[in-house]
Amino acid sequence: MSKDPLHHETSSQTVGPFVHIGLYPTVSGILARSRTYGNQLATTHAYGQRIRVEGQIIDGNGETVRDALLEFWQADGLGRYAHPADPQAESADAGLSGFGRSVTDPDTGTWTLESIKPGTVRDLNQRPMAPHINLALFARGLNIHLHSRIYFDDEVKANALDPVLQQCVPAPRRQTLIARRKEPTQDPCVYRFDMVLQGKNETVFFDL
Amino acid sequence: MSTEPETPLLDSGFRHRDRSVQPRLLWPEYKSTLNRAPTQPLVPLSPTLSEITGPTFSPQEIDLADRDLLKNARIDRDPLGERTLLTGRVIDQDGTPVCATRIEIWQANAAGRYQHASDNYQAPLDPNFSGYGCCLTDELGNYEFLTIRPGPYPFANGANTWRPSHVHFSIFGPAFATRLVTQMYFEGDPLIRDCPMLGSIPDRSAQSRLVAAFDMERSRPFDCLAYRFDLVLRGPKQTHFENRPDGL
Ligand SMILES: [Fe+3]
Repeated sequence: MSKDPLHHETSSQTVGPFVHIGLYPTVSGILARSRTYGNQLATTHAYGQRIRVEGQIIDGNGETVRDALLEFWQADGLGRYAHPADPQAESADAGLSGFGRSVTDPDTGTWTLESIKPGTVRDLNQRPMAPHINLALFARGLNIHLHSRIYFDDEVKANALDPVLQQCVPAPRRQTLIARRKEPTQDPCVYRFDMVLQGKNETVFFDL
Repeated sequence: MSTEPETPLLDSGFRHRDRSVQPRLLWPEYKSTLNRAPTQPLVPLSPTLSEITGPTFSPQEIDLADRDLLKNARIDRDPLGERTLLTGRVIDQDGTPVCATRIEIWQANAAGRYQHASDNYQAPLDPNFSGYGCCLTDELGNYEFLTIRPGPYPFANGANTWRPSHVHFSIFGPAFATRLVTQMYFEGDPLIRDCPMLGSIPDRSAQSRLVAAFDMERSRPFDCLAYRFDLVLRGPKQTHFENRPDGL
Protein backbone atom coordinates (compact mmCIF):
# COMPACT_ATOMS: atom_id res chain seq x y z
CA MET A 1 0.00 0.00 0.00
CA SER A 2 1.24 3.41 -0.87
CA LYS A 3 1.07 5.69 2.13
CA ASP A 4 2.12 9.04 0.80
CA PRO A 5 1.59 11.67 3.45
CA LEU A 6 -1.63 13.56 2.92
CA HIS A 7 -1.41 17.16 1.85
CA HIS A 8 -3.18 19.69 4.04
CA GLU A 9 -6.14 21.47 2.56
CA THR A 10 -5.36 25.12 1.76
CA SER A 11 -6.60 27.48 4.46
CA SER A 12 -9.57 29.71 3.74
CA GLN A 13 -9.57 33.49 4.11
CA THR A 14 -12.48 35.91 4.11
CA VAL A 15 -13.83 37.22 0.80
CA GLY A 16 -13.81 40.72 2.30
CA PRO A 17 -16.17 43.53 1.26
CA PHE A 18 -15.05 43.68 -2.38
CA VAL A 19 -16.07 40.11 -3.25
CA HIS A 20 -18.27 41.34 -6.10
CA ILE A 21 -15.28 42.18 -8.29
CA GLY A 22 -14.35 38.52 -8.57
CA LEU A 23 -17.60 36.64 -8.02
CA TYR A 24 -20.36 39.04 -9.13
CA PRO A 25 -18.49 41.49 -11.37
CA THR A 26 -21.50 43.34 -12.82
CA VAL A 27 -22.11 44.91 -9.40
CA SER A 28 -18.74 46.62 -9.74
CA GLY A 29 -19.47 47.71 -13.29
CA ILE A 30 -17.10 45.08 -14.67
CA LEU A 31 -18.06 43.36 -17.90
CA ALA A 32 -16.49 39.93 -17.55
CA ARG A 33 -15.74 38.18 -20.82
CA SER A 34 -16.13 34.75 -19.24
CA ARG A 35 -19.40 33.25 -18.07
CA THR A 36 -20.66 34.68 -14.80
CA TYR A 37 -23.34 33.32 -12.48
CA GLY A 38 -26.38 35.23 -11.33
CA ASN A 39 -29.55 34.62 -9.37
CA GLN A 40 -31.69 33.30 -12.24
CA LEU A 41 -31.15 29.56 -12.35
CA ALA A 42 -34.07 28.44 -14.48
CA THR A 43 -34.71 29.21 -18.14
CA THR A 44 -38.32 29.32 -19.33
CA HIS A 45 -37.81 25.69 -20.47
CA ALA A 46 -36.92 24.35 -17.04
CA TYR A 47 -39.28 21.71 -15.67
CA GLY A 48 -40.80 22.34 -12.26
CA GLN A 49 -42.64 24.72 -9.97
CA ARG A 50 -41.26 28.22 -10.40
CA ILE A 51 -40.06 29.72 -7.13
CA ARG A 52 -38.52 32.87 -5.84
CA VAL A 53 -36.65 32.79 -2.55
CA GLU A 54 -35.73 36.02 -0.82
CA GLY A 55 -34.18 36.83 2.50
CA GLN A 56 -31.89 38.86 4.63
CA ILE A 57 -28.94 38.02 6.85
CA ILE A 58 -28.92 39.38 10.38
CA ASP A 59 -25.70 39.84 12.35
CA GLY A 60 -25.12 39.71 16.10
CA ASN A 61 -26.15 43.36 16.53
CA GLY A 62 -29.46 42.73 14.80
CA GLU A 63 -28.23 44.60 11.76
CA THR A 64 -28.70 43.52 8.16
CA VAL A 65 -25.60 42.24 6.35
CA ARG A 66 -25.28 44.21 3.11
CA ASP A 67 -22.05 42.86 1.65
CA ALA A 68 -22.65 39.11 1.54
CA LEU A 69 -22.52 36.74 -1.41
CA LEU A 70 -24.56 33.53 -1.51
CA GLU A 71 -24.02 30.50 -3.70
CA PHE A 72 -26.72 27.97 -4.51
CA TRP A 73 -26.46 24.42 -5.77
CA GLN A 74 -29.59 22.43 -6.47
CA ALA A 75 -31.06 19.44 -8.25
CA ASP A 76 -33.50 19.79 -11.14
CA GLY A 77 -37.26 19.39 -10.84
CA LEU A 78 -36.90 15.61 -10.85
CA GLY A 79 -34.08 15.47 -8.31
CA ARG A 80 -31.14 15.11 -10.68
CA TYR A 81 -27.78 16.87 -10.33
CA ALA A 82 -25.87 17.73 -13.49
CA HIS A 83 -22.67 16.16 -12.17
CA PRO A 84 -20.92 12.85 -12.90
CA ALA A 85 -21.40 11.57 -9.33
CA ASP A 86 -25.17 11.51 -9.92
CA PRO A 87 -26.14 8.34 -11.84
CA GLN A 88 -28.97 10.34 -13.42
CA ALA A 89 -26.72 13.19 -14.53
CA GLU A 90 -27.14 12.49 -18.24
CA SER A 91 -30.86 13.16 -18.14
CA ALA A 92 -30.55 16.25 -15.93
CA ASP A 93 -32.62 19.22 -17.11
CA ALA A 94 -30.55 21.37 -19.48
CA GLY A 95 -32.97 24.24 -18.86
CA LEU A 96 -31.69 24.66 -15.32
CA SER A 97 -28.32 25.91 -14.13
CA GLY A 98 -27.94 23.98 -10.89
CA PHE A 99 -25.48 26.61 -9.68
CA GLY A 100 -26.12 30.30 -9.09
CA ARG A 101 -25.14 33.28 -7.02
CA SER A 102 -26.87 36.20 -5.37
CA VAL A 103 -25.64 39.20 -3.42
CA THR A 104 -27.35 41.14 -0.66
CA ASP A 105 -28.53 44.52 -1.88
CA PRO A 106 -26.21 47.28 -0.56
CA ASP A 107 -29.24 49.39 0.44
CA THR A 108 -31.86 46.90 1.61
CA GLY A 109 -29.74 43.86 2.50
CA THR A 110 -32.19 41.59 0.65
CA TRP A 111 -31.03 38.81 -1.65
CA THR A 112 -33.22 36.92 -4.10
CA LEU A 113 -33.06 33.69 -6.04
CA GLU A 114 -35.26 32.74 -9.00
CA SER A 115 -35.41 29.05 -9.78
CA ILE A 116 -37.64 25.98 -9.77
CA LYS A 117 -38.30 23.87 -6.72
CA PRO A 118 -35.85 20.96 -6.76
CA GLY A 119 -37.15 17.39 -6.78
CA THR A 120 -36.38 14.61 -4.34
CA VAL A 121 -32.75 13.50 -4.08
CA ARG A 122 -31.82 10.30 -2.28
CA ASP A 123 -29.03 10.22 0.27
CA LEU A 124 -26.24 7.64 0.09
CA ASN A 125 -28.45 5.15 1.97
CA GLN A 126 -31.20 5.69 -0.62
CA ARG A 127 -33.46 7.52 1.81
CA PRO A 128 -35.39 10.36 0.17
CA MET A 129 -34.32 13.86 1.15
CA ALA A 130 -36.94 16.60 1.10
CA PRO A 131 -36.57 19.22 -1.63
CA HIS A 132 -33.75 21.53 -0.64
CA ILE A 133 -31.28 24.03 -2.07
CA ASN A 134 -27.69 23.84 -0.88
CA LEU A 135 -26.24 27.15 0.13
CA ALA A 136 -22.80 28.59 0.82
CA LEU A 137 -22.54 31.99 2.50
CA PHE A 138 -19.53 34.28 2.06
CA ALA A 139 -19.00 37.70 3.63
CA ARG A 140 -16.57 40.08 5.21
CA GLY A 141 -15.98 38.81 8.73
CA LEU A 142 -16.49 35.15 7.77
CA ASN A 143 -13.01 33.65 7.72
CA ILE A 144 -14.41 30.55 6.04
CA HIS A 145 -17.70 30.24 4.19
CA LEU A 146 -20.75 28.72 5.88
CA HIS A 147 -22.76 25.82 4.45
CA SER A 148 -26.50 25.61 4.98
CA ARG A 149 -29.65 24.28 3.29
CA ILE A 150 -32.96 25.84 2.31
CA TYR A 151 -36.00 23.58 2.85
CA PHE A 152 -39.64 24.56 2.15
CA ASP A 153 -42.47 24.82 4.68
CA ASP A 154 -45.07 23.44 2.26
CA GLU A 155 -43.22 20.10 2.14
CA VAL A 156 -44.41 19.02 5.56
CA LYS A 157 -44.41 15.26 4.93
CA ALA A 158 -41.09 15.20 3.10
CA ASN A 159 -39.44 17.39 5.74
CA ALA A 160 -40.64 15.01 8.47
CA LEU A 161 -38.83 12.15 6.70
CA ASP A 162 -35.71 14.07 5.70
CA PRO A 163 -32.66 12.29 7.13
CA VAL A 164 -30.58 15.47 7.46
CA LEU A 165 -33.27 17.53 9.18
CA GLN A 166 -34.35 14.66 11.42
CA GLN A 167 -31.01 13.06 12.27
CA CYS A 168 -28.35 15.78 12.04
CA VAL A 169 -30.20 18.88 13.17
CA PRO A 170 -31.42 19.29 16.78
CA ALA A 171 -35.22 19.62 16.79
CA PRO A 172 -35.39 23.18 18.19
CA ARG A 173 -33.13 24.45 15.40
CA ARG A 174 -34.82 22.76 12.42
CA GLN A 175 -37.08 25.72 11.70
CA THR A 176 -34.00 27.85 10.91
CA LEU A 177 -33.56 25.81 7.71
CA ILE A 178 -37.14 26.11 6.46
CA ALA A 179 -38.21 28.84 4.04
CA ARG A 180 -41.74 30.19 4.66
CA ARG A 181 -44.11 30.48 1.74
CA LYS A 182 -45.69 33.87 1.26
CA GLU A 183 -49.42 33.54 0.57
CA PRO A 184 -51.19 33.87 -1.70
CA THR A 185 -48.60 33.82 -4.49
CA GLN A 186 -48.75 30.94 -6.97
CA ASP A 187 -46.46 31.53 -9.93
CA PRO A 188 -43.80 31.87 -8.90
CA CYS A 189 -44.20 30.67 -5.34
CA VAL A 190 -42.38 33.18 -3.17
CA TYR A 191 -40.56 32.02 -0.06
CA ARG A 192 -38.82 33.94 2.67
CA PHE A 193 -35.56 32.59 4.08
CA ASP A 194 -33.79 34.81 6.60
CA MET A 195 -30.52 33.80 8.16
CA VAL A 196 -29.34 34.76 11.64
CA LEU A 197 -25.60 34.63 12.27
CA GLN A 198 -25.60 34.84 16.06
CA GLY A 199 -27.90 34.36 19.02
CA LYS A 200 -31.13 32.65 19.93
CA ASN A 201 -32.42 31.90 16.44
CA GLU A 202 -29.01 31.27 14.92
CA THR A 203 -29.26 29.49 11.57
CA VAL A 204 -27.82 25.98 11.41
CA PHE A 205 -24.53 25.86 9.53
CA PHE A 206 -23.02 22.52 8.59
CA ASP A 207 -19.57 21.04 8.87
CA LEU A 208 -19.64 18.92 5.71
CA MET B 1 -37.48 1.29 -5.24
CA SER B 2 -34.34 -0.17 -6.79
CA THR B 3 -30.96 0.87 -5.49
CA GLU B 4 -28.53 2.50 -7.87
CA PRO B 5 -25.21 0.79 -8.51
CA GLU B 6 -22.36 2.16 -6.43
CA THR B 7 -20.19 4.80 -7.99
CA PRO B 8 -16.76 3.88 -6.66
CA LEU B 9 -14.93 7.17 -6.41
CA LEU B 10 -17.20 9.91 -5.16
CA ASP B 11 -19.93 8.08 -3.29
CA SER B 12 -17.78 7.87 -0.20
CA GLY B 13 -17.54 11.63 0.06
CA PHE B 14 -14.55 13.72 0.95
CA ARG B 15 -12.02 13.65 3.72
CA HIS B 16 -13.25 15.50 6.73
CA ARG B 17 -12.35 19.19 6.63
CA ASP B 18 -9.40 19.52 8.98
CA ARG B 19 -10.37 22.60 10.98
CA SER B 20 -6.90 22.86 12.55
CA VAL B 21 -5.59 24.31 9.30
CA GLN B 22 -8.64 26.51 8.82
CA PRO B 23 -9.10 29.95 10.38
CA ARG B 24 -11.14 30.36 13.52
CA LEU B 25 -14.54 31.85 12.79
CA LEU B 26 -14.39 34.05 15.88
CA TRP B 27 -11.12 35.98 15.88
CA PRO B 28 -11.38 39.25 17.85
CA GLU B 29 -8.23 40.72 16.29
CA TYR B 30 -10.25 40.79 13.06
CA LYS B 31 -13.13 42.88 14.33
CA SER B 32 -15.69 42.00 11.67
CA THR B 33 -15.81 38.44 13.04
CA LEU B 34 -17.24 39.64 16.37
CA ASN B 35 -20.77 40.19 15.06
CA ARG B 36 -20.72 37.68 12.25
CA ALA B 37 -19.07 34.46 13.39
CA PRO B 38 -21.69 31.88 14.40
CA THR B 39 -21.65 31.18 18.13
CA GLN B 40 -23.12 27.67 17.91
CA PRO B 41 -20.85 24.82 16.84
CA LEU B 42 -21.19 23.79 13.19
CA VAL B 43 -23.55 20.82 12.80
CA PRO B 44 -21.75 17.75 11.39
CA LEU B 45 -23.23 16.48 8.11
CA SER B 46 -21.85 13.47 6.27
CA PRO B 47 -21.81 14.50 2.63
CA THR B 48 -24.77 13.26 0.59
CA LEU B 49 -25.27 13.47 -3.15
CA SER B 50 -26.06 17.15 -2.58
CA GLU B 51 -22.55 17.83 -1.29
CA ILE B 52 -20.45 15.48 -3.43
CA THR B 53 -21.83 17.07 -6.58
CA GLY B 54 -21.28 20.63 -7.72
CA PRO B 55 -21.00 22.78 -10.81
CA THR B 56 -18.79 21.59 -13.66
CA PHE B 57 -17.07 23.91 -16.10
CA SER B 58 -16.43 23.98 -19.79
CA PRO B 59 -13.57 25.80 -21.54
CA GLN B 60 -16.12 27.37 -23.91
CA GLU B 61 -17.45 29.44 -21.00
CA ILE B 62 -14.08 30.99 -20.25
CA ASP B 63 -12.47 33.74 -22.32
CA LEU B 64 -8.70 33.32 -22.34
CA ALA B 65 -8.39 37.11 -22.06
CA ASP B 66 -9.58 36.88 -18.46
CA ARG B 67 -6.29 35.31 -17.36
CA ASP B 68 -4.50 38.48 -18.46
CA LEU B 69 -5.49 41.30 -16.14
CA LEU B 70 -3.08 43.61 -17.95
CA LYS B 71 -5.39 43.42 -20.94
CA ASN B 72 -8.90 42.38 -19.93
CA ALA B 73 -9.91 45.87 -18.80
CA ARG B 74 -7.45 47.84 -20.91
CA ILE B 75 -8.77 51.05 -22.47
CA ASP B 76 -5.77 52.94 -23.81
CA ARG B 77 -2.66 51.60 -22.08
CA ASP B 78 -1.52 48.83 -19.76
CA PRO B 79 -2.34 49.29 -16.06
CA LEU B 80 0.31 50.89 -13.84
CA GLY B 81 2.27 48.64 -11.53
CA GLU B 82 4.76 45.80 -11.36
CA ARG B 83 4.02 43.29 -14.10
CA THR B 84 3.54 40.01 -12.25
CA LEU B 85 3.02 36.41 -13.31
CA LEU B 86 1.10 34.21 -10.86
CA THR B 87 1.37 30.49 -11.49
CA GLY B 88 0.55 27.40 -9.53
CA ARG B 89 -1.02 24.02 -9.44
CA VAL B 90 -4.21 22.75 -7.85
CA ILE B 91 -4.10 19.25 -6.38
CA ASP B 92 -6.23 17.36 -3.90
CA GLN B 93 -4.97 15.98 -0.61
CA ASP B 94 -3.73 12.81 -2.31
CA GLY B 95 -1.73 14.82 -4.84
CA THR B 96 -4.13 14.20 -7.72
CA PRO B 97 -4.34 17.22 -10.06
CA VAL B 98 -7.66 19.07 -10.03
CA CYS B 99 -8.32 19.64 -13.73
CA ALA B 100 -10.73 21.97 -15.53
CA THR B 101 -11.85 23.66 -12.38
CA ARG B 102 -12.73 27.32 -12.30
CA ILE B 103 -10.44 29.82 -10.57
CA GLU B 104 -11.65 33.37 -10.07
CA ILE B 105 -9.39 36.08 -8.66
CA TRP B 106 -9.85 39.66 -7.61
CA GLN B 107 -7.43 42.26 -6.31
CA ALA B 108 -6.70 45.92 -5.71
CA ASN B 109 -4.71 47.94 -8.24
CA ALA B 110 -1.05 48.89 -7.79
CA ALA B 111 -2.05 51.75 -5.48
CA GLY B 112 -4.12 49.51 -3.22
CA ARG B 113 -7.53 50.64 -4.50
CA TYR B 114 -10.37 48.36 -5.62
CA GLN B 115 -12.74 49.12 -8.47
CA HIS B 116 -15.68 48.96 -6.11
CA ALA B 117 -18.29 51.50 -4.98
CA SER B 118 -17.63 50.87 -1.28
CA ASP B 119 -13.86 51.31 -1.47
CA ASN B 120 -13.22 54.88 -0.32
CA TYR B 121 -9.45 54.70 0.16
CA GLN B 122 -7.89 57.91 -1.16
CA ALA B 123 -5.47 56.08 -3.50
CA PRO B 124 -6.35 56.50 -7.19
CA LEU B 125 -8.31 54.16 -9.42
CA ASP B 126 -6.66 52.89 -12.58
CA PRO B 127 -9.06 53.11 -15.53
CA ASN B 128 -7.18 50.34 -17.30
CA PHE B 129 -7.48 47.80 -14.50
CA SER B 130 -10.55 46.04 -13.08
CA GLY B 131 -8.81 43.49 -10.85
CA TYR B 132 -11.05 40.69 -12.12
CA GLY B 133 -9.58 37.45 -13.50
CA CYS B 134 -10.87 34.00 -14.35
CA CYS B 135 -9.46 30.78 -15.81
CA LEU B 136 -9.75 27.00 -15.75
CA THR B 137 -6.96 24.73 -14.57
CA ASP B 138 -5.39 22.62 -17.32
CA GLU B 139 -5.11 18.81 -17.45
CA LEU B 140 -2.23 18.89 -14.93
CA GLY B 141 -4.07 21.22 -12.56
CA ASN B 142 -1.93 24.22 -13.55
CA TYR B 143 -3.12 27.79 -13.83
CA GLU B 144 -1.53 31.11 -14.79
CA PHE B 145 -2.52 34.77 -14.44
CA LEU B 146 -0.69 37.82 -15.71
CA THR B 147 -1.42 40.88 -13.59
CA ILE B 148 0.12 43.74 -11.66
CA ARG B 149 1.18 43.37 -8.06
CA PRO B 150 -1.60 44.83 -5.88
CA GLY B 151 -0.72 47.54 -3.38
CA PRO B 152 -1.32 47.26 0.36
CA TYR B 153 -4.30 49.18 1.73
CA PRO B 154 -5.60 50.30 5.12
CA PHE B 155 -8.83 48.99 6.56
CA ALA B 156 -11.09 49.85 9.47
CA ASN B 157 -10.06 47.41 12.17
CA GLY B 158 -7.58 48.94 14.62
CA ALA B 159 -6.08 52.42 14.80
CA ASN B 160 -3.63 51.70 11.99
CA THR B 161 -4.28 48.37 10.31
CA TRP B 162 -3.06 47.55 6.80
CA ARG B 163 -3.67 44.59 4.54
CA PRO B 164 -0.53 43.07 3.05
CA SER B 165 -0.52 42.91 -0.75
CA HIS B 166 -2.85 40.04 -1.62
CA VAL B 167 -4.90 38.44 -4.35
CA HIS B 168 -8.27 36.84 -3.53
CA PHE B 169 -8.63 33.32 -4.98
CA SER B 170 -11.90 31.43 -5.45
CA ILE B 171 -11.78 27.80 -6.47
CA PHE B 172 -14.37 25.05 -6.85
CA GLY B 173 -12.88 21.57 -7.23
CA PRO B 174 -15.11 18.60 -8.05
CA ALA B 175 -17.96 19.22 -5.58
CA PHE B 176 -19.81 21.75 -3.48
CA ALA B 177 -17.94 20.23 -0.53
CA THR B 178 -14.55 21.18 -1.95
CA ARG B 179 -15.40 24.86 -2.41
CA LEU B 180 -12.66 27.17 -1.18
CA VAL B 181 -12.02 30.90 -1.16
CA THR B 182 -8.75 32.25 0.15
CA GLN B 183 -6.13 34.96 -0.27
CA MET B 184 -2.62 34.74 -1.65
CA TYR B 185 0.16 36.85 -0.13
CA PHE B 186 3.59 37.79 -1.50
CA GLU B 187 6.86 36.45 -0.05
CA GLY B 188 8.83 39.09 1.83
CA ASP B 189 5.96 41.50 2.48
CA PRO B 190 6.59 43.04 5.94
CA LEU B 191 2.84 43.51 6.53
CA ILE B 192 2.24 39.74 6.60
CA ARG B 193 3.54 39.47 10.16
CA ASP B 194 0.77 41.56 11.72
CA CYS B 195 -2.13 40.68 9.44
CA PRO B 196 -5.16 39.90 11.63
CA MET B 197 -6.83 37.87 8.90
CA LEU B 198 -3.84 35.61 8.32
CA GLY B 199 -3.49 35.44 12.11
CA SER B 200 -6.94 33.83 12.35
CA ILE B 201 -5.34 30.60 11.12
CA PRO B 202 -3.97 28.92 14.25
CA ASP B 203 -1.37 26.80 12.44
CA ARG B 204 1.76 28.75 11.48
CA SER B 205 2.77 26.46 8.65
CA ALA B 206 -0.77 26.65 7.24
CA GLN B 207 -0.38 30.44 7.28
CA SER B 208 2.90 30.20 5.41
CA ARG B 209 1.28 28.10 2.68
CA LEU B 210 -0.79 31.16 1.72
CA VAL B 211 2.41 33.10 1.01
CA ALA B 212 3.38 32.73 -2.65
CA ALA B 213 7.07 32.10 -3.26
CA PHE B 214 9.05 34.47 -5.43
CA ASP B 215 9.95 32.41 -8.50
CA MET B 216 12.93 33.81 -10.40
CA GLU B 217 12.96 30.86 -12.79
CA ARG B 218 9.53 31.66 -14.15
CA SER B 219 10.14 35.37 -14.33
CA ARG B 220 10.28 36.58 -17.93
CA PRO B 221 13.25 38.72 -19.00
CA PHE B 222 12.26 42.34 -19.65
CA ASP B 223 8.62 41.39 -18.99
CA CYS B 224 7.54 40.32 -15.51
CA LEU B 225 8.52 38.81 -12.16
CA ALA B 226 6.81 35.58 -11.05
CA TYR B 227 5.27 34.18 -7.89
CA ARG B 228 4.12 30.63 -7.31
CA PHE B 229 0.99 29.71 -5.34
CA ASP B 230 -0.14 26.08 -5.14
CA LEU B 231 -3.53 25.09 -3.76
CA VAL B 232 -4.77 21.88 -2.15
CA LEU B 233 -8.45 20.91 -2.09
CA ARG B 234 -10.08 18.21 0.01
CA GLY B 235 -9.49 14.72 -1.38
CA PRO B 236 -11.94 11.86 -1.75
CA LYS B 237 -12.05 9.40 1.16
CA GLN B 238 -11.15 6.57 -1.19
CA THR B 239 -8.95 6.89 -4.21
CA HIS B 240 -8.49 4.78 -7.29
CA PHE B 241 -4.97 4.04 -6.12
CA GLU B 242 -5.54 2.20 -2.85
CA ASN B 243 -4.14 -1.05 -4.20
CA ARG B 244 -1.19 0.29 -6.09
CA PRO B 245 2.17 -1.25 -5.12
CA ASP B 246 4.74 0.86 -3.32
CA GLY B 247 6.77 3.11 -5.53
CA LEU B 248 4.12 3.71 -8.17
FE1 LIG C 1 -8.71 42.41 -0.32
